[in-house]
Amino acid sequence: MTFVAVRMRQKKAMAVSAGDQNLFTSIYPTLSQQLPREPMEWRRSYGRAPKMIHLESNFVQFKEELLPKEGNKALLTFPFLHIYWTECCDTEVYKATVKDDLTKWQNVLKAHSSVDWLIVVVENDAKKKNKTNILPRTSIVDKIRNDFCNKQSDRCVVLSDPLKDSSRTQESWNAFLTKLRTSLLMSFTKNLGKFEDDMRTLREKRTEPGWSFCDYFMVQSAGRVPSLSWLHARAGTLQVSVPPGALDCWVFLSCLEVLQRIEGCCDRAQIDSNIAHTVGLWSYATEKLKSLGYLCGLVSEKGPNSEDLNRIVDLLAGLGAERPETANTAQSPYKKLKEALSSVEAFEKHYLDLSHAAIEMHTSIGRTRSARLVGKDLAEFYMRKKSPQKAEIYLQGALKNYLAEGWALPITHTRKQLAECQKHLGQTENYLQTSSLLASDHHVTEEERKHFCQEILSFASRQTDSPGHKIILPLHCFAQLRDLHFTPSNAVVHVGGVLSVDITMCSQMPVPVHVEQIAINVHFSIEKNNYRKTAEWLTKHKTSNGIINFPTETSPFPASQNNLPALELYEMFERSPSDNSLNTTGIICKNVHMLLRRQESSTSLETSSGVALEDGAHVLKCNDVTLEPGANRITFRTQAKEPGTYTLRQLCASVGPVRFVLPHLYPPVQYDVYSQEPQLRVEPLADSLLAGIPQKVKFTVTTGHYTVKNGDSLQLSNAEAMLILCHAENRAVIYSNTREKASDVSLRVQSSDKVTSISLPAAPAYHMIEFELEVLSLPSAPVTGGESSMLGMTEPHRKHKDTQKAGHCMATTDHKVSIDCPWSIYSTVIALTFSVPFRTTHSLLSAGTRKYIQVCVQNLSELDFQLSDGNLVDPGSSADLQLVPLNAKSPQHIHSKQSVFFVWELKWTREPPPSLRCQFSVGFSPASEGQLSIPLKPYTYEFQVENFFTLYNVRAEILPPSGAEHCRTGSLCSLEVSITRLSGLLEVDKDEALTESDEYFSTKLMYEVVDNSSNWAVCGKSSGVISMPVVAQATHRVHMEVMPLFAGYLPLPDVRLFKYLPHHSAHSSQLDADSWIENDSLSVDKHVDEQLDSSSIKSRGSVHSASSSEPKGLPMPRLQALPPGQVFNSSTGMQVLVIPSKDDHVLEVSVT
Amino acid sequence: MAVCVAVIAKENYPLYIRSIPTENELKFHYMVHTSLDVVDEKISAMGKALVDQRELYLGLLYPTEDYKVYGYVTNSKVKFVMVVDSSNTALRDNEIRSMFRKLHNSYTDVMCNPFYNPGDHIQSRAFDSMVTSMMIQVC
Repeated sequence: MTFVAVRMRQKKAMAVSAGDQNLFTSIYPTLSQQLPREPMEWRRSYGRAPKMIHLESNFVQFKEELLPKEGNKALLTFPFLHIYWTECCDTEVYKATVKDDLTKWQNVLKAHSSVDWLIVVVENDAKKKNKTNILPRTSIVDKIRNDFCNKQSDRCVVLSDPLKDSSRTQESWNAFLTKLRTSLLMSFTKNLGKFEDDMRTLREKRTEPGWSFCDYFMVQSAGRVPSLSWLHARAGTLQVSVPPGALDCWVFLSCLEVLQRIEGCCDRAQIDSNIAHTVGLWSYATEKLKSLGYLCGLVSEKGPNSEDLNRIVDLLAGLGAERPETANTAQSPYKKLKEALSSVEAFEKHYLDLSHAAIEMHTSIGRTRSARLVGKDLAEFYMRKKSPQKAEIYLQGALKNYLAEGWALPITHTRKQLAECQKHLGQTENYLQTSSLLASDHHVTEEERKHFCQEILSFASRQTDSPGHKIILPLHCFAQLRDLHFTPSNAVVHVGGVLSVDITMCSQMPVPVHVEQIAINVHFSIEKNNYRKTAEWLTKHKTSNGIINFPTETSPFPASQNNLPALELYEMFERSPSDNSLNTTGIICKNVHMLLRRQESSTSLETSSGVALEDGAHVLKCNDVTLEPGANRITFRTQAKEPGTYTLRQLCASVGPVRFVLPHLYPPVQYDVYSQEPQLRVEPLADSLLAGIPQKVKFTVTTGHYTVKNGDSLQLSNAEAMLILCHAENRAVIYSNTREKASDVSLRVQSSDKVTSISLPAAPAYHMIEFELEVLSLPSAPVTGGESSMLGMTEPHRKHKDTQKAGHCMATTDHKVSIDCPWSIYSTVIALTFSVPFRTTHSLLSAGTRKYIQVCVQNLSELDFQLSDGNLVDPGSSADLQLVPLNAKSPQHIHSKQSVFFVWELKWTREPPPSLRCQFSVGFSPASEGQLSIPLKPYTYEFQVENFFTLYNVRAEILPPSGAEHCRTGSLCSLEVSITRLSGLLEVDKDEALTESDEYFSTKLMYEVVDNSSNWAVCGKSSGVISMPVVAQATHRVHMEVMPLFAGYLPLPDVRLFKYLPHHSAHSSQLDADSWIENDSLSVDKHVDEQLDSSSIKSRGSVHSASSSEPKGLPMPRLQALPPGQVFNSSTGMQVLVIPSKDDHVLEVSVT
Repeated sequence: MAVCVAVIAKENYPLYIRSIPTENELKFHYMVHTSLDVVDEKISAMGKALVDQRELYLGLLYPTEDYKVYGYVTNSKVKFVMVVDSSNTALRDNEIRSMFRKLHNSYTDVMCNPFYNPGDHIQSRAFDSMVTSMMIQVC
């Protein structure tokens, strides 16, 4: 009985006003506007939840006849609250008139037991001023309260200056309105409770004889209480005692009576707004009429039989006579029922009227599901009446609704009805489709499934004699494609290769079905330059198992979001191709195309016409397959023909003229056919090939479309310095293109002077022949030319175009081999790069006048070697020059990345030549291998040593100040330098610095004292030019003052010696400005214009930087460092003790 | 008590529907499906303002001759529909409410199961036995 509450906002509760009507009229506009503004909480009885409602009220003037008489049940016309309005502020007036009036009003209310009332005293300041003898306003209110409101003082309220705009007015209004709302609601609740109680009493009496349901309905509908529940309850109680049909008649009549009464007492707009409450009655009546029709044989083609007729007569008799009040009207429920039962046609008319009305009403208020259900009843009716064409639309409509919302059982049921309908209509295609759906439906019994399956099969077998007409049905209701698998699994085959496709199909049919053919339509496209078809792709890309899974149909839940596939996220790393460093990383979603796909619109749920059969040139076929219920494995085999990409498009299963078609295979499935040119690849087995030792090289012949015959051979034209080593037994392995080993055969290699011939084993097309050969890069031939390098700082000489790279890179040699292949008239040129595993350096060491040559061999490779027979010779050797080895005789191990040193002492008997050519050779072999099949050539290294004879001995000495025992920091010490000539005039001395005086030759030298470690402060001149007689044992002494800066054992400062050459040309070295000024005593060289051989004055290793411009155009002398072999510093490495000064507060000790 | 209990997804497809085995299952499917009309109506009538009010019970959706159909809607717009025999007069509003509350609690447990995908059919045994207990009490 929540109806009243729901309507509370729209329907007005009635309030009655008495007293001063003019006053009320002036206040009314504000009152009616303000009252509904604020909601009130309505606390309801029977534990119903409280509600917030907005109250509106109809105010009517008080009349005695308005007061409810006994038995009035109308809830809305009931006066809820009586309000007496007065403006009186004068005691006299009150006593004279108002009090009397109020008393009368109260008495009338009491007489009608109306207890809900309120007295409003309106106060007006304006009026007060006019009257002088006014009493304080409270007294009037007090009087009224005293007189009428016995203990209920809140029954009288004051409203101050209601028409003014002041805060006091506002306050007063608010208080009044709250009071009014509370009173109204209290009264309403009370009266509603009473009304409901009455209703219950009335309902309890319903089984009593003579009880009028119409009275009850009037009460109910007046209160807007739906009567359907009651009707149902009432029908239930009556069921036992009446003959079949009588109850239906009674319900039918009741429904229509109620509907008619409602129509009678409400206007059109009200009825329309209440359809939600009346439509139930309409469909109930429709239902009842329907069951009456079925009961009485009115819903059949033949019409009622005699038994039915008897029943009709009984029922009509049971209705009795029409009630007098409706007997004279043209239309009444009674007449309607009587007419409907009187004939088949009349029944049909009434039933259709009612049904259509119900459908229309349901539809108009958005109850589509209810409308569909009534529609389905109607369809059933039409089917009974053998009008399937009329039934179809209702069934299709209902089915669409159930499919859209995914209700499996109603779908199945409606489909069964539709199947029958379509069968009657002769819609073969639709019927077969519905049948296949039903045959695969697990909500249908096994028997029925078999029946529907049989329907398809028998149709198929009937139609075989009339070819041409094809029935195309979607595959998914017949069988489902589960997965697909290619052999080879990467789905790449060469031209002429065999490809097989295995599919798993799940038959949805309850019985085994013989399928004449299953065909897969294939789309062919030639994609030129497609990387996928290259052999590299083939070998690099291999799918894990090659199985492609197809998503299963998720038909019953179209609205569910679970149709979307799960995200397929993968980590992604992108590396730089050059150094494999990480460029990019991230996460990629591999099935974005599926997630972002446009959602299939629901219209395609049950499409039959949308399936188009493609006719392609490329079809994979499989004939005469029997599909057992459940999973079936079907294999297609094909031989690859044209190269290109083949995409599987459609799957079609043929059963007679019926084609079950899967229009799109998704995810897309492709296979590729490629063709390949024959190819030869030669590559080292290791990272790099090493020169000088046998190395393995792998040959790979990719046959491609060429078939290698017996007698085909590879002809290698031999490179000059590279040998191909022929062993007794070489083996080749033949692989298929998918890396499956086919055979292992021996290989014949024949070598002549110029050509090595490799006989290839016979191999079919699209195979690979792999074999290994050993090659040896011969070490470079010895240096033959007389090239000289300067000053003993030689560089290694290489023949060919060897390159010595900086750092620890190995020198490399390229060898080009030209190979003739049987499949081509052109030669293939292959370059092999060999690395020299060693790097060799040499140095000249001196001890006074004794000389040593040191050779350092550095192993740059990853391999360990054994070195033996280290030998150093002077090819142009003379007996007076001897190289005495100081090395171990036994072979030496040289580890990877390590060095071995060899030393020889150089001895001579006569004056040594200015330069010496040396040839170093050492035998080597890999340490890991024992005996090598062929003798290896030794490793050689040639170099030249020049100016190795010691000419000068330099000796420095630091002495403490006289009298002191040790040098002290901060005190001056003396540095004595003595330069001694060790030999007489030699060939090397003959240069421009040499001057001849009366008795002897002399040369000019410059010395320089440098202390790079800043231990010493040199006081005064640190350098000077001396004239050195070219005579053995001639000595020049220089004295200098130095001061130690630190205490401890300090190394002596360096003394450097240069050859001092007169100015010559742009090639000359310049003294820097400092030294030039310092040495200002030097005169300009006399031999300014003397032309000298430029080759002899190369100044390698000079400590002073070369400068091409000459300052101020002045001819400057030049300095040339003496070659290291010509100067021996006998005080190198000497140290002198310096003790700290006593008064030093800070002690610094340097230990070197 | 109940002769049919159904849980219906926000999108109006059944997540769970069970009826007493003695009766024709199909009839209840139709009945529950049709009741969604009234459920929709009641939900839209409630309006936005009343959504925050904790009233999830929709009351009697519609009566038929033999049954009463009651409705309940969760905050996530999942609907519960319960069909009871109309001859069972012992079932007043309060009993129906408490049955729905029980159903809601059990449904919440189902949703809390991390192995349950929201939107899938409810196959929970606990839920099933709870529904069974609701249906058995009739006899």
